[in-house]
Amino acid sequence: MRPFKYTEGKDETSAVRAVVVNRESKFLAGGTNLIDLMKEYVERPNELVDVSQLPLAQIKNTSNGISIGALAKNGATANHPLVRQNYPLLSMAILAGASGQLRNMATNGGNLMQRTRCQYFYDIAMPCNKREPGTGCGALEGINRIHAIFGWSDKCVATYPGDMANALYALDAVVRVKGANGQERTIPIQDFHRLPGNEPQKDNNLEHGELIIGIDLPKNNFANKSYYLKVRDRASYAFALVSVAAALETDGSNIRQARVVLGSVAHKPWRSGEAEKALVGKPATDATFNAAAEAALKEAKPLAHNGYKVELGKRAIVLALQRAMNGGAE
Amino acid sequence: MAKFIGKPVDRVDGRLKVTGQAKYAAEYTHKNMAYAFPVLSKIASGEVAAIDAAEAEKAPGVLTVLTHKNALRLQPIDVDQSIKTGSLLGELLLPLQDTKIFYANQYIACIVAETYEQARYAALLVKVKYKETKPAIDLEKEPKVDSTSPRAKQVIVGTPVEAFNSAPVKIEQVYKVATENHHPMEPHSLIAAWEGEKLTVYNATQGVHSSRHLLAQTFNVPKENVRVIASFIGGAFGTKAMFWATEPLAGMAARVTKRPVKIVLTRPMMQHCTGNRGATRQSVYLGATRDGKLVSRRHITETCVARLDDRRTEYLELAGGNTSSTYACPNIEITHKVALLNVNSPTPMRAPGEAPGLFALESAMDELAFELKIDPVQLRLINYGEANPINKLPYSSKHLKECYEQGAAKFGWSLRKSEPRQTRDGEWLVGYGMATALYPGYRSPSAARVRVNSDGTVSVQTAAHDLGTGTYTIVAQTAAEFLGVPVNKIKVALADTDLPQSTLAGGSRTAATVIPNIQAACEALRKKLFELATKNNSSVFSGKNIADVELRDGGLFLKSDTNKGETFETILKAAKIDSVEECVTVNPEGQKSNEPCFVSEIPAEQNADTKKWDFHSFGAQFVEVGVNEQIGIVRVRRVLSYHDCGRIMNKKTARSQAFGGVIFGIGMALTEESHYDPRSARFVTRNLADYHVPVNADVPEIEVYFTNQPDYKNNPLGARGVGEIVATGVAPAIANAIFNATGKRIREAPITPDKFL
Ligand SMILES: Cc1cc2nc3c(=O)[nH]c(=O)nc-3n(C[C@H](O)[C@H](O)[C@H](O)COP(=O)(O)OP(=O)(O)OC[C@H]3O[C@@H](n4cnc5c(N)ncnc54)[C@H](O)[C@@H]3O)c2cc1C
Ligand code: SF4
Repeated sequence: MRPFKYTEGKDETSAVRAVVVNRESKFLAGGTNLIDLMKEYVERPNELVDVSQLPLAQIKNTSNGISIGALAKNGATANHPLVRQNYPLLSMAILAGASGQLRNMATNGGNLMQRTRCQYFYDIAMPCNKREPGTGCGALEGINRIHAIFGWSDKCVATYPGDMANALYALDAVVRVKGANGQERTIPIQDFHRLPGNEPQKDNNLEHGELIIGIDLPKNNFANKSYYLKVRDRASYAFALVSVAAALETDGSNIRQARVVLGSVAHKPWRSGEAEKALVGKPATDATFNAAAEAALKEAKPLAHNGYKVELGKRAIVLALQRAMNGGAE
Repeated sequence: MAKFIGKPVDRVDGRLKVTGQAKYAAEYTHKNMAYAFPVLSKIASGEVAAIDAAEAEKAPGVLTVLTHKNALRLQPIDVDQSIKTGSLLGELLLPLQDTKIFYANQYIACIVAETYEQARYAALLVKVKYKETKPAIDLEKEPKVDSTSPRAKQVIVGTPVEAFNSAPVKIEQVYKVATENHHPMEPHSLIAAWEGEKLTVYNATQGVHSSRHLLAQTFNVPKENVRVIASFIGGAFGTKAMFWATEPLAGMAARVTKRPVKIVLTRPMMQHCTGNRGATRQSVYLGATRDGKLVSRRHITETCVARLDDRRTEYLELAGGNTSSTYACPNIEITHKVALLNVNSPTPMRAPGEAPGLFALESAMDELAFELKIDPVQLRLINYGEANPINKLPYSSKHLKECYEQGAAKFGWSLRKSEPRQTRDGEWLVGYGMATALYPGYRSPSAARVRVNSDGTVSVQTAAHDLGTGTYTIVAQTAAEFLGVPVNKIKVALADTDLPQSTLAGGSRTAATVIPNIQAACEALRKKLFELATKNNSSVFSGKNIADVELRDGGLFLKSDTNKGETFETILKAAKIDSVEECVTVNPEGQKSNEPCFVSEIPAEQNADTKKWDFHSFGAQFVEVGVNEQIGIVRVRRVLSYHDCGRIMNKKTARSQAFGGVIFGIGMALTEESHYDPRSARFVTRNLADYHVPVNADVPEIEVYFTNQPDYKNNPLGARGVGEIVATGVAPAIANAIFNATGKRIREAPITPDKFL
């Protein structure tokens, strides 16, 4: 292993300062992603600033919803009564991810920040613009079965692989961060991750040294009609081929509000305005769901090995919406 | 009536394992131990043009950097001699002997350092320039040639092409099984330590004697100078049977640094450097009469071998090989062709050949059954064979009918709808499928020593292996049975070249090889004990014959008078000795060798018995699946596995093996696949997040049955191995159940969600 310095973050301000002054440093939370990547030499920080002991693990009511600490564990978050009762979609999404052991280590902040599972990114003998800008994209003309069908560039076709964030996109979350100057700022979740464009090395819009401190969820009326569907290569403990976070608010038999977010199809969770438009104001029928699914995938641009994601995405949207209407029954 | 054999005795090593006291190769330590970490080739084909290790050499803790420039010259392997002595060769490629590169991640240098972390870090600092040539990696596009392997010779019985062409009913399909990797929990690991010209190696290997023999050859020392120990092995599935470059690399690192050296592979190295099950593309032609009798069966397999300069010992996935024994059929063609690919050599993986071969054959049989509107179990009974259709030898013992009929009854097969898409459970379409399982009943020569000690304990020693399968336990049960001593008095030592030579753990042959050997050694010991006892004139045995005594309750007793006898302790005390032992070598025909304790040559399967009988185990797998068609998700809902493997030595460990086998089959059917990058020929699946073995949520209720019919033609105890057959037939049974559920026939394994779209 490469030698690196370990610094214990004593409080938010000093932790942020420690990272800000060293371009080569990184925050360490649960370590479930960062340490793995360090073992593979994909991440090579020369300093880790451990924030895992900072008091940012609370989950509490706010005037307009709830606030979730960045350092709350994924497992604790998914099982918290406030989350289970008011945001079951978030519970479902988190519980669809990783394994019990990992969820008990992984933090919410780290989860948002998790890096792609593109296999070329993980193998330092392969070209990868995200890992080493300018070396080329190994996946573009390689094996790209798990890669993006939306929003990719010829510099990078990777996906954001996580589950939790797909639910956060559907739930209009806001990310609170603490910056270099000690000031807090908020980032609407839609603006958190980014598309690869010419700078695939940047996964998201966080500045170096900015610390995620919490995630706020506004109140909504989706609780009894939401569903997280994850399609994967085995029954558990695998990243999604395609996932869907679906949420509906109905008014009698008509849809008043809808959220459709596709996961593992782009460099960020892919909220489909087209699908939502096709749903709102319509009756909650299979015909409406099918139309929404068609609309969502219309602009998809598959690569050589991931054409299946287009059809699978459509079917997953329909099924997630159906299950959302049924209160989750299969 | 057996007291111990067959009973569900708990694993004798169970406590050691769960308390962490069972020591695996990498868990030993030596004073002064150094650590090796290989440097892997980036390219898959070409040469090392230049290698600069200067920076790595200067890195903290580095003792040396081995490259082709300074590596020890190893003695090339004598192939003929090695095969005779039972070594499993494969990839004839000793590490760092020249600059040539045949596959990605081949070892091209090796760091030896004070700590593992230092070695691993320094490996990053080695700068390599390559002369690259375009690798061959596409199984479909590369030209196919004959393999050098004698086992791959084409087989023609009758006139298969003509018979197929004129058959009233024909099935002609192509089936594919993806490249798979073994990924046992324990990675390949070893510790090599030289003392002068003597080498001791703790090695996670399936063949201590094979490893010893090849290490002795490569380092040009007498084989007596090499000791290989593999007391506990954390799974293997075939990957630890061949001699891989890691072994001589560790020996070389230790020799050069004059320090004991430990080497433990990483998970990506387990993917890249320890073999794989080569992908297969199998064309199956079944010709049948309208009432279901097979008239022709052609099985043409295209697979790959490693593209090495020296192909003499190449290994290929023999998908058509033993599957030829599955059904009676007058006209048969078995053909194998190989593409030479720049890959780490394929190597045996649990039921090599049989597992993918049956995926193709048994899927095709299901297609035929559907075409003919005959129940799939019925179709198999119609084509039931009593003799091997190729060599015409009668099966030594075959009770497959029981597996089909009892299995079907217990499973509730009669509830199956013959038309697909008839059963729904909410979103799920439900279907039933079945397939035949099959694996040969191999045996090998073996030697074992049994010793009775004056404290009443018994030591059993033989250099067979326990891969986690239960060998320790069934050996203890056998000795307990034949010496009349409780299992907990038996101390079993395995997998150490200081012990009498036995078999490599491959081909499910350990039970059939070792168990009769232990029995023979116990018999010999009984005689010896009797002689010892009767030397003493006052003995209760005076005037008695060996036939009059039996071993039980820790001593020799008269059969006629159950109270009269002497304990081992008394006999040994009277004789003024601490222990008495016998070492016996047995060959597959059951004869004892006149050279006790010495296995000179191991003639693979060529023994007189195999000219009289065909040895195979058989079974039937029944599966229920649910398919969520909309999103292509398959859930195996239950499995019933019914096997005819001769006598079952231990119901509990055999059942556990069957669980593992079924799970292995679920992996082949639904989840496991290694992908190569088409340009670099590097695996892109490099870890257990990308290479999907089934997890608990993929595994349903599994019911296991055995016919438990001893095969006395195979060996005096009638046990055939269990480990591999249980993994066969599962994948096609699942594919067939998917067809029954959905009407969709998927001919490519693994059947992942994308294949439904
Ligand atoms: C085998 C395996 C399977 C997995 N399966 C899934 C899955 O199915 N679905 C899924 O969604 N995820 C999955 N994961 C990913 C897992 O969810 C993430 O690894 C985890 O959420 C990361 O959290 P962490 O606290 O361990 O982050 P770390 O590993 O500690 O950090 C990750 C990154 O986030 C940064 N970071 C951490 N906290 C902060 C903060 N507060 N502010 C700013 N930056 C921060 C770190 O600097 C680092 O760059 C899997 C992981 C593994 C190892
Ligand atoms: S898709 Fe992105 S992460 Fe993957 S190889 Fe290309 S640049 Fe790297």
